[in-house]
Amino acid sequence: MQENIKSALIAAVLTAIMMLPIFGMHLEQEGLNLGLSYHWKWIVIACSAVFCAQLARPYVMKAFSGSSLLSLPALNPNQQRVAFGVLLVAALALAAFGSRADISIGQLAMIYIILALGLNIVVGFAGLLNLGYAGFYAIGGYTFALLNRDLGFGFWQSLPFAAGLAALFGLVLGFPVLRLRGDYLAIVTLGFGEIIRILARNLTDLTGGPDGISSIPKPTVFGYEMARRASEEGAQTFHQMMGWAYNTSHMEVYLYLIGIVFAIGAIAISVRLSRMPMGRALEAMREDEIACRSLGINPTGLKLAAFTLGAMFAGIAGSLFAARQGLVNPESFSFVESVFILVAVVVGGMGSLLGVIVGAILIVCLLSMGSDLAEYRMLYFGLILVVMMIWRPQGLLPVGRRHVEVAPGEVSS
Amino acid sequence: MSEFIPQFTQQLINGLSVGAIYALIAIGYTMVYGIVGMINFAHGEIYMIGAYVGLVALTAFAAVGGGPLPLMLAGALILSAVITGIYGYAVEQVAYKPLRGAPRLVPLISALGVSVFLTNYVGLGQGARDVAVPALLYGGWSFNMGGTFAVNFSYSRMLIIFVTVILMIGLTLFIKHSRLGQACRACSQDMAMANLLGIDTNKVISFTFILGAVLAAVGGVLIGQATGKINPFIGFIFGLKAFTAAVLGGIGSIPGAMLGGFLLGLVETFAQGYLLSEYKDVVSFGLLILVLLFWPTGLLGKNTMEKV
Repeated sequence: MQENIKSALIAAVLTAIMMLPIFGMHLEQEGLNLGLSYHWKWIVIACSAVFCAQLARPYVMKAFSGSSLLSLPALNPNQQRVAFGVLLVAALALAAFGSRADISIGQLAMIYIILALGLNIVVGFAGLLNLGYAGFYAIGGYTFALLNRDLGFGFWQSLPFAAGLAALFGLVLGFPVLRLRGDYLAIVTLGFGEIIRILARNLTDLTGGPDGISSIPKPTVFGYEMARRASEEGAQTFHQMMGWAYNTSHMEVYLYLIGIVFAIGAIAISVRLSRMPMGRALEAMREDEIACRSLGINPTGLKLAAFTLGAMFAGIAGSLFAARQGLVNPESFSFVESVFILVAVVVGGMGSLLGVIVGAILIVCLLSMGSDLAEYRMLYFGLILVVMMIWRPQGLLPVGRRHVEVAPGEVSS
Repeated sequence: MSEFIPQFTQQLINGLSVGAIYALIAIGYTMVYGIVGMINFAHGEIYMIGAYVGLVALTAFAAVGGGPLPLMLAGALILSAVITGIYGYAVEQVAYKPLRGAPRLVPLISALGVSVFLTNYVGLGQGARDVAVPALLYGGWSFNMGGTFAVNFSYSRMLIIFVTVILMIGLTLFIKHSRLGQACRACSQDMAMANLLGIDTNKVISFTFILGAVLAAVGGVLIGQATGKINPFIGFIFGLKAFTAAVLGGIGSIPGAMLGGFLLGLVETFAQGYLLSEYKDVVSFGLLILVLLFWPTGLLGKNTMEKV
């Protein structure tokens, strides 16, 4: 007990020393000079919190050791199917009954689901930490914006190019993977993401610099525009063809539905991948690369494939994002964006599709709450990453490994 | 042509002083990597905290009346080193120690979380904007090398190079001769064996993090004096570049980190001076990718085979 109090006291004192220059003494600019103002509230709160936590820790550890109170059970395939169904129904219900603002958040949720599923292929299946994922996202968005501005391509025409170009960049950047271990890869991708952003900001002639490219058109419906008036003389718009009154929220719902379709496509690809020999090999490689190599699996090709596929997902999501915003600029694709997507994957559970989807929805909800929380949200996200790694590295909704069970009696002896 | 030599000398001076800071931070990356085998993503943020603590200390000294300049600077350096060292220790205890032995991805993500957390923690505490650092060391040593362009070797840059060189000599002697330094080298060769031979490996790991943080803090205090402003986001870019320096020199090798730091500073400054200044970050990251691609062992690194 005495030992315990002593360690708690030391922790509290260290916290106080650490926080004093950052939170306690606030630098104030006074003309050319600097002054200090003193604030004690947060230091006192933090110190008492650390003291209590440190004091209670041994007991909490004892109480929870061996119990699985804090973990949700892994879902079996049938339950997973039901969960997917519930999510889909909820998504469609939002399209039918949600307000315009809700649907706008729904669009973002779909974009993040696609992104998170793409990153999940790289981080979850293959175990390669990609910190420049927003770079591929940017390539998708900028490809659509540029093709539209310079060649007049629409959303559907430029989509294959956006996906293809992002995938190509993934392939090219994937080559370092041939030689590098996981942690070097993380840094290389981080550098790559930054390079893309710096280029987008400084190649003003091509990308419009910090202002980005605006007035990107919305997607068309089988060639019909969804606008009040057709941009070409004599062409029919969608609402004229359908005989509806024009309503701007139709466009929002339409974009949302496109998002749902692409998200379903991404889920389908991910599900197939997890059952395919390639997906199995990826997971095996994540667990033990050397064993894989000795079993005749080519890790290089696999890693490249995973990286390229993940980048392609980001390219598609980038196009959708550009269409939703009508504008792309470098700040939409910063490192922070990569962190958001990573948090979604990590919270949900790396490698677990359902978990990743729920994680993406959670992140979008957190991001949309805004207001008071917005200031602290990066702080929370950083903490979430650390806490999840210590407490539950497999995520909130881990996936049970797919296997075939033989019913008793089925095997004849 | 007559302008070329003085301008070249000026770039050389600037490059060496920036490189000195990279080298100080790179040592922290390389030591942690050599011993624990992980990239401490949060190291750049530790450096940023060092810069802030140093500035707060200087301001506090000035508020109570100040004193002779060398004393104030030394006091700020020491205070910043101590407090930032505690940060290094705390980060290791909280975020990395529970994860020892986990798959490689796990501590990496945790480190990223710490880095994001610390950036925003300082952003909340001190404001997410530039703080102007009052210059303490005015002027410098100007000299003419022919031509109209006078080379200026400012005192703050001299201080950076001087302090860095002293610290590096001290560190080299320490690692080579002290008991703790020998324990560090033993741990980086074979942690399990060192443990069996009675070295307290936990202590060595903590010490490595503290030492890295102390060196980064010194770098932070000095760079504030040289660039004239700091903000909570300097850690990210500087950390990435210092890591580049560590890789360039061969990760795991302390002399390599020193060499890599100076080299990167020079390359970057010359790229900035003779190419486009907006692209100096692109040059560093491009260099990082190229080095990792074609020369992953770096200048002084050892080629290690991964064994089962």
